[in-house]
Amino acid sequence: MKIAQVAFGLASVFAATFALAQGAADKRRSGYQDMGEALQKMQGDDTANPGMLFVQLGEQLWSKPAGAANKACADCHASGSMKSVAARYPAIPKDADKPIDLEGRINLCRTANQRAEPLAPESRELLSLAAYVAFQSRGQPIAPPSDPRLGPFREQGGEIYRRRQGQLNLSCAICHDDNAGKKLAGVTIPEAHPTGYPIYRLEWQALGSLRRRLRNCLVGIRAEAYAYDAPEYVALEIYLMDRAKGMPLDAPGVRP
Amino acid sequence: MKIVIPSEARDLSWSLKGPSACGLGVTTMPVTTRRAFLAGATIVCVLPFASAHATPEAMAAAIKEVVGAGTIREGKVKLDLPPLVENGNTVPLTVSVESPMTPADHVKAIHVFNEKNPQPHVFSARLGPQNGRAVITTRIKLADSQKIIAIAETSTGQFFSASADVIVTLAACIEDVT
Amino acid sequence: MTNVLINAPKTAKPGEIVEIKALILHPMETGFRPGTNGKIIPRNIIEHFVATWNGAEIFRMEMSPAIATNPFVSFFAVATESGTIGLRWTGDEGFLVEERVAIAVG
Repeated sequence: MKIAQVAFGLASVFAATFALAQGAADKRRSGYQDMGEALQKMQGDDTANPGMLFVQLGEQLWSKPAGAANKACADCHASGSMKSVAARYPAIPKDADKPIDLEGRINLCRTANQRAEPLAPESRELLSLAAYVAFQSRGQPIAPPSDPRLGPFREQGGEIYRRRQGQLNLSCAICHDDNAGKKLAGVTIPEAHPTGYPIYRLEWQALGSLRRRLRNCLVGIRAEAYAYDAPEYVALEIYLMDRAKGMPLDAPGVRP
Repeated sequence: MKIVIPSEARDLSWSLKGPSACGLGVTTMPVTTRRAFLAGATIVCVLPFASAHATPEAMAAAIKEVVGAGTIREGKVKLDLPPLVENGNTVPLTVSVESPMTPADHVKAIHVFNEKNPQPHVFSARLGPQNGRAVITTRIKLADSQKIIAIAETSTGQFFSASADVIVTLAACIEDVT
Repeated sequence: MTNVLINAPKTAKPGEIVEIKALILHPMETGFRPGTNGKIIPRNIIEHFVATWNGAEIFRMEMSPAIATNPFVSFFAVATESGTIGLRWTGDEGFLVEERVAIAVG
């Protein structure tokens, strides 16, 4: 049983300074800013943020050897060396031509370098590792890679974002561009910037990925969610991360 | 009469199972009362409720179990809850009670109740002068917009209470249970 | 695998009132939710949380199904002497977790 010391050697209590980090001219709002004060406080205290339980798990898993190569993540990547990695995903890995998200990158390391089975999607292990990596980019501005090959995927993501879908015939843009800041069912509609992923969503009472959240959105507008491993999610994420370029990451976020 | 009960039967205090709970012929008491703290495992029969859901009456009955014939006074207790809650699954709550917290005069227990969850209890905490401050923060589940009541029990045998009305909204985009 | 986050000061002056916070991973399944097959998912909650200071009980909380998943508790204690703050959670399905943190008072 490990007890986390308050400082993981990186950051202690996180004070929200989004306005300062973004610069006064940036009018974009993160989901954190749209939450009530009680939830902001829940996120802001590292020893009270439920997402931190998973960051702690991820830290433990980081040092655990796995696979036929019997290597731990820490054998190649010193603990705490993942700063700003989460800020520049999705990306196209070396010798590949399709982009992958952060969870995909972790599983690529698992299979190619550790020679282990990939971790199941949305599994506690995979999310904990992603949370541990993303946590190390906390406060870093979102910085999508300048790889020109990402262009078509970003455009595809934008097209999905603006496409009307489902029985309610809504597009992401209708809520999150045109009506952001207004109320829906008592909650402020956020601008939908993926700054806090993986998030501890109160609705799930668990940590979850952006992919899971996007699927919730699709179900919410009564559209058929794409298959879990569909490339649409990565394309959407590329578009959303570009749209949120420069905004600071605040993983693990707490969200309603 | 003190009866040691098996752990399955303890569930009855939280589950309000109804008439069958009282048909056993043993006295049963919810574990939240003072007597339960001291005696350990006695249970007292709660009035059999036909409905499986708590109601304001169920909450009143649960409060009566704790307070007995005592009078509940207003004041001294502060109950901090967000007035509008984005998600009822995890609602931060703080109860603070003004008290010198000396051996002669301190808060012995804090009990919190709700009126619309399936059962009326939220938590019961036992304190003493060793706490210095009678302030507890936790997170609770609220099934619906409702009233929450906190009751503080002092070492001088007095009861103080405060209540808060909370509006619980639902997330706009939820997932199906899979 | 149980996971706990504890925030307690490492040092305190005698008589100082310190805040102790504890967060533990636990589903806190209420016993009122139906699963996808329509059957109620059985209750699985933490029932008792007890804190001790050098073995003496300083705080106790009886939890109900109304306590949120991954329960968080914060309470206060007067720093008396150096030693160990013990935290213990017990509940359904034989759940038992004990953690200890050291504190230096002086």
